[in-house]
Amino acid sequence: MDPARFTRVDETSWRIEPRGAMRVPAIIYADENLIRDMDDKVYEQAANVAMLPGIVQASYAMPDAHWGYGFPIGGVAAFDADEGGVVSAGGVGFDISCGVRTMLTGLKVADILPVQKAIADSLFRQIPAGVGSTGAITLDVIEMEAMLTGGAHWAVERGWGEARDLERIEEGGRMAGAEPAQVSDRAKKRQHKEMGTLGSGNHYLEVQAVAEIFDAKTAAVYQLQQDDVLVTIHCGSRGLGHQIGTEFLKDMVVAAQASGITLPDRELACAPIKSEIGHRYLGAMRAGINCALANREILGHFARRVFEHYFPNHNLSLLFDVSHNTCKVEQHKVDGKRRELFVHRKGATRAFGPGHASLPQALRAAGQPVLIGGSMGTSSYILVGEASAEQKAFASACHGAGRAMSRHAALKQWSGRKIQDDLAAQGIFIRSPSTRGIAEEAPGAYKDVSAVVLAAEHAGLARRVARLRPLVCVKG
Amino acid sequence: MNATAASVATSARWENFPHDADVGVRGFGKTPAEAFEQAALALAAVVTTAEVAPKIQVTVNCEAPDIELLFVEWLNAIIYEMAVRNMLFSRFSVHIEGTRLDGTLWGEPVDVKRHQPACEPKGATYTALKVAADANGTWSAACIVDV
Repeated sequence: MDPARFTRVDETSWRIEPRGAMRVPAIIYADENLIRDMDDKVYEQAANVAMLPGIVQASYAMPDAHWGYGFPIGGVAAFDADEGGVVSAGGVGFDISCGVRTMLTGLKVADILPVQKAIADSLFRQIPAGVGSTGAITLDVIEMEAMLTGGAHWAVERGWGEARDLERIEEGGRMAGAEPAQVSDRAKKRQHKEMGTLGSGNHYLEVQAVAEIFDAKTAAVYQLQQDDVLVTIHCGSRGLGHQIGTEFLKDMVVAAQASGITLPDRELACAPIKSEIGHRYLGAMRAGINCALANREILGHFARRVFEHYFPNHNLSLLFDVSHNTCKVEQHKVDGKRRELFVHRKGATRAFGPGHASLPQALRAAGQPVLIGGSMGTSSYILVGEASAEQKAFASACHGAGRAMSRHAALKQWSGRKIQDDLAAQGIFIRSPSTRGIAEEAPGAYKDVSAVVLAAEHAGLARRVARLRPLVCVKG
Repeated sequence: MNATAASVATSARWENFPHDADVGVRGFGKTPAEAFEQAALALAAVVTTAEVAPKIQVTVNCEAPDIELLFVEWLNAIIYEMAVRNMLFSRFSVHIEGTRLDGTLWGEPVDVKRHQPACEPKGATYTALKVAADANGTWSAACIVDV
């Protein structure tokens, strides 16, 4: 994008002034290079979101923003129900509550190296990954309902997780207000055999090492030290979430029209929060969030079993579990007044600063861990939410590197087998059912994650705590 | 008869087109139905380029208020059948009557070793959604699919 199209507010804030049907400005947080490299579609999509009814303050895009559908990936927008605000199925996306969890192993790199390859193979065997993989867990009608209301609590009660994890999962591991009755039979059928599966595309399970510490004080609170080994899982609500998204997107195109809402893009399908369909979607979407929370808890349990096999005296403990495709009701200060807002984050991470009441006691004084996935072969980051993020973007930060190149282009440029061999030579073991999938997810197809997190830090959204490097990556 | 076959041969084709995060599917044909069938081949190619044997037949039907929304419904019907049956498809037949579509899919269960499926489509989107005929009367049907 041409930076001249924006009003530059400061080094990392780029403002699109309201024009035409825009109700508020759009603000992108990024450095100049990231702005230059961003697709023009991000500009267009961020401006389109600013046209939706009841939007508060501004339509935001994070430093990793790229062309999405409806919302840009990396988009954040908050709506006020009392001002005709909307909830948008397109603003949450198909993979409801897709997110990241990071677990501490209590091991050092030197402990892992002798069994690194064996662990890679065991994880690949134990974690169902890729198209056509099904889990060993199948849910009948009663269990499906219990899972959709119970989230990670349900997984723990069934023995697929540990109770001490729950306070370190957003919403305490269970999203309130879930209504399984609003989830269609087709969506439930799509999930029937998909509990405890990783999925495909950019989803992964990674064994990582702490490569660099930026903020020793916060790292100590997060129990992170140089060369510590961690396990990070990136996945979401699987087929159930995809089907909820698909069905409500269709219904909301019609509902928006019926409510007199002019959509600049049909993918921004939405409905007033205070409407029958708005209520139904929120109930279904919250059930989808619980499905994702349960799924990540189960996958964490599978990873625990593998590590316990190799290291019987070490038990993985959860650092944090955070979603990046959601709509959540939150209190935020706008123009000096506390307001209840429906905050959509589409490929953006909630980033609560120090002292936030929702954080567990052990983390509250430091602030929320913001988990930034890298791309196979490159660094990941752990950041901490900054207090200034609330005023900047309703307490939000980036979620990953963000793609710089299409899958199509990546496939033309790289061979999956060669990437696997090259990374193995660097001591990174990739396991995947598909070499083509590896090529499409080539590290070079992503933006420089280090530039993205630095921009987030300079923008006052979240601050770097540690950089992680991969040791093993199981790709879907 | 031969003339018809020739025109099918020249207009019926499909392609994938790039999107930052996901992938575009586009089919061309002499009718909207044929463009829909071709776009389904583009969707199948998102998952695998390996041979998929047309051993099992599945029928789907869907309805939508207009032809573009019907196209998204068609792709989503295929995605749903792939997911719940754990199958891949390689042949498609479409009949459109007003706002209703009856489709037939032929394929086989996923064989991970043989098919090496690259990624799983989550849903068809309304982004870059277009169903239209060009000046020569060739129909195209396209949208972005979230993977």
